[in-house]
Amino acid sequence: MTTDIKKTEVNLVEAPDGHLGEGFFATSIEKVIGLARANSLWPLPFATSCCGIEFMATMGSNYDLARFGSERMSFSPRQADVLLVAGTIAKKLGPVLKQVYLQMAEPRWVIAIGACASSGGIFDTYSVLQGIDKVIPVDVYVPGCPPRPEQIIDGIMKVQELAKNEPLRRRNSPQYQALLTSYGIQ
Amino acid sequence: MAGITNEFLLERLQQQFGEKIKAAEETFGIVSVVIEPDSILDIVKWLNTDNILKFKFLTDICGSHYPDLTGQEICAVYHVQSMENNVRLRLKAFMPVSNPQIPSLTSLYSSANWMERETYDFYGINFIGHPNLKRILNVDEMDYFPLRKEFPLEDATRTDKEDQYFGR
Repeated sequence: MTTDIKKTEVNLVEAPDGHLGEGFFATSIEKVIGLARANSLWPLPFATSCCGIEFMATMGSNYDLARFGSERMSFSPRQADVLLVAGTIAKKLGPVLKQVYLQMAEPRWVIAIGACASSGGIFDTYSVLQGIDKVIPVDVYVPGCPPRPEQIIDGIMKVQELAKNEPLRRRNSPQYQALLTSYGIQ
Repeated sequence: MAGITNEFLLERLQQQFGEKIKAAEETFGIVSVVIEPDSILDIVKWLNTDNILKFKFLTDICGSHYPDLTGQEICAVYHVQSMENNVRLRLKAFMPVSNPQIPSLTSLYSSANWMERETYDFYGINFIGHPNLKRILNVDEMDYFPLRKEFPLEDATRTDKEDQYFGR
C-alpha cells in the first residue's frame, strides 16, 4: 500500500524570517508580536447604513472574515483592535465616533469603509461629516458605494500588513503623537 | 357627515377677520391664506375653538425663503386640519429677513414646540414666547441657518472636490 500523504489545503500563518535550528527558532520579538497582532485583529463595527449590510455579509459564512483571525466582534471599544466605520456619519454623530475611538486601547487601527465614511460620498451637504478623517485618523480607506465584501476583506488584509510591519516603538514616536495632537487627542 | 367646502371656509374666515386675511388662493385643493405674523395666534386659536370649523389639529409648521421678495423674504407656513369636517387650511406669514419673528403657538398646541424648533433651526425664525428655542436637528455649533438660500447646499469642509483634483 502506497502512502501518498496529501498535502493539507489549510494555510497556516507563515513563520517570520529567523534562524531555524534543531529544537530552536530565533527571530525578533517585534516580528512575533506583529504576527500575533495581525492574525487576531478584533474588529469593532461602527455600522450606520448600507455599508454595514455589506459588512454583515463579510462576517457571514460565505465570505467569513473569521478566516483572517477576526472572528471575534468586539462591541466594547476597550477590547477592540480595529475600528470599522461603515456608513454615513452625520456631523452630530462625529463626537460619538471620536469618543469610541478614544476608548480604544493602543495599538488601534481604523478602516473607513465606503465612500461616505471616506469622504462624505454623495452627501455633500451641511449635515454630514465629510469623511471620518475630519475627527479621527484613518489607516485604510475602502472605496465603493457600498464596497463588496471582497473589498472589505482586502481592507482588513491591508491592516494586517500594517500590524505585521509596525515597529513596536511607533506608537511612542513624536510623529505619532503629533498626528494625535492634530486631531486634538491627548 | 359631510365636510365643509373651501368656499365656505374662506368666507367664514374673511367674515371673522376681514382685513387680516391679506390674500387667498387654492392650491392642490387646499385653501392658502396670507396673514400678518402678529395675528397668527388669534387666528389659529379661533380656528380651534370655532363651533363649525373645528380645526383641532396642527399638522405642520415649516418655513421657506424667498430672497427676491424684499422686506418679506422669510415665510412661516402653518398647516391645520379639521378632522371632523375633512378639510385642511394653509396659513402663510411673511417676515423680513433682517428680523423674522412671530408669536409661538406652544401655548395652544404642545406639538408646536418641536416644529417651531425645527423651523428655527433651518430658517432662523424667532418664535416669540417659545419655552426652549434652540436647535433640534443640527449640531449646536452650527452658526448659520442651512436652508436659507444664501448658503450653498454643498458643505464647506468638503475636500475631495477641490479644483486641483479635477484639473480646473
